[in-house]
Amino acid sequence: MRGLITVFRKELADDFTSWRFIILFAMVFLAGAFTLYVDSQNIGGEVTGTTQFIFLKLYTTSDQTLPGLFQFLNLIAVFFVPIVGIALGFDAINEERNNGTMSRLLSQPIYRDAVINGKFLAGVVTIAIMITSIVLIVAGVGLRMLGVPPSSEEVIRLLIFLVVTIFYGAFWLGLAILFSIFFRRVATSVLASIAVWIFLFFFMPMFAGFIANTMVVPLDQAVTADEYFSNLGIQSAVLQLSPVRLYQEAISVIMVPGYRTMGQMIQLMGSGTVRLLPNPLSLGQSLLMVWPHLVSIVALTAVCFAVSYVKFMREEIRA
Amino acid sequence: MSGQAVVETVDLTKTYDGTTVVDRLNLHIEEGQTFGFLGPNGAGKTTTILMLLGLTEPTSGVARISGYNSTREPLKVKRISGYIPEKIGFYEDLTATQNLAYTARLNDLSEELFTKRIGESLDVVGLSEVAGQKVGEFSRGMVQRLAIADILIKMPKVAFMDEPTLGIDPEGVNQILDLIGRIAKEQKMTIVMCSHQLYQVQRICSHVGIIVKGRMLVEGSLDQLMGEAFGGGRFKVEVQLAEITSEIVDRIKRIDGVVSVERSGDSLLVGCSEDLGPQIAKAIVDGNGLLTQMKIQSYALEDMYMKYFHEAEV
Repeated sequence: MRGLITVFRKELADDFTSWRFIILFAMVFLAGAFTLYVDSQNIGGEVTGTTQFIFLKLYTTSDQTLPGLFQFLNLIAVFFVPIVGIALGFDAINEERNNGTMSRLLSQPIYRDAVINGKFLAGVVTIAIMITSIVLIVAGVGLRMLGVPPSSEEVIRLLIFLVVTIFYGAFWLGLAILFSIFFRRVATSVLASIAVWIFLFFFMPMFAGFIANTMVVPLDQAVTADEYFSNLGIQSAVLQLSPVRLYQEAISVIMVPGYRTMGQMIQLMGSGTVRLLPNPLSLGQSLLMVWPHLVSIVALTAVCFAVSYVKFMREEIRA
Repeated sequence: MSGQAVVETVDLTKTYDGTTVVDRLNLHIEEGQTFGFLGPNGAGKTTTILMLLGLTEPTSGVARISGYNSTREPLKVKRISGYIPEKIGFYEDLTATQNLAYTARLNDLSEELFTKRIGESLDVVGLSEVAGQKVGEFSRGMVQRLAIADILIKMPKVAFMDEPTLGIDPEGVNQILDLIGRIAKEQKMTIVMCSHQLYQVQRICSHVGIIVKGRMLVEGSLDQLMGEAFGGGRFKVEVQLAEITSEIVDRIKRIDGVVSVERSGDSLLVGCSEDLGPQIAKAIVDGNGLLTQMKIQSYALEDMYMKYFHEAEV
């Protein structure tokens, strides 16, 4: 245990004092500022006397002139969390190996898993602090802007959002650490992580469309609603293999209580201001809807870490 | 082979993908010895050390340090042994002091003890002036000295040093060797030093083991091995005389320490256990001989190494 704490403290100090962290933090800070700007421009138009969950709107409002990607939740899901996770983990193991610090570290009287556990934990804590601070920045400034305090349900929803996001970040961190164990060269491992990120973000939707179009009637030739929805159904099933997608769907449902169905409906609703079903779901119902998503995200994170752990523990130190 | 072994291996074997790197190696190093582990590149020196430290699992056989089994009780072994790997590195963004403090914390030293030790060990290796500098700015020689300080923080019973002088200029090599010799003497630390730089080993090691292709060829104290290898005659004196008489040969043979006298043409080859040049010269003069030339040759570890090495090849 002592060994784990020592490694954890050292890695945390490293994470916090590195240039990498400062750059990432600046980025995250800008995302917060940008979100607040969008809020200040748009939130007035969206809120009417009967609007519920105004506080959560701080995080979900989008500017109609900007693509949906620039919405706070999308920014977090697609860009910031993956980049922060990868940046904190891509050189965790191979850098130590290349620098010759690994064999010195392992010849100290600590259990070998203290090294990887300490590094992983330090990364997760760093991600947690980063994400929490951006959410708090938006909340703090937003509170002044709106003048409406969050309801207890909103606070709980925000907390759930934070926890899910931290797990999602841990997934990317675990993936990056995994590559840093498998690849000896730092450049290779960072490229591998980025390749996975780009694949999941850019190519997965194309891939999903391709599979759906070959399996059932292609979308542009679909005539009946049945054909149309079976195509979309397959697409979303394929997309749900991607943790990016899982996370996006999960946080959309948690942060927008009005969402009461998943997949293509979210796409349709998210695309415009159309609210098909204006009555919000209760927290329990929202959670019930994304429960499988949350479990999948946690499981993916666990798998990534477990593979790294096993590989690292069994790795032989060679002459 | 009577004393308490600090480092011991019994039939230690390591096979990587069908290639045997270390082959039934038996090693016995006693407390306080400075042991030179010699062998060409790829002979299995580093692998043996990794197995001794419990970083690599042996295929068969046992490695023990101070009686602790390296494979089963790696933590106990690591607590009492220090290791300077061949490609040693420190965290370049941290200062020398911070790097040493990390080692100290990993070893569970108390805060006050390790601040004291860090100061002392940096003093010993002559790096106290750059204690607050980042290690990234250090030269290779400084890093190597910091590695020795790193060992001193831990104060282990046994220190393993894998090519501690690799890539260092001659002056730096001297500093490091002096340092290692001094630590061995002052701290009564058992030191195992891997090297293929023979004269360095000869300079500080009391005992050597020569390993080739994973097998230990010979092991023992330097003097003893030299004696065995060259039939007691570690020095060879070649004297050229105007005329060789049996009286002169007799006189030379009577000198203490002369092992053999051989005649070849008009010169004599005298094998002796120490440098007896002056005594031989005197014997010749006393025997009324005319000395025309005298050459004194000392066998170095290198000759011994080559001798054993060639035997192994054949």
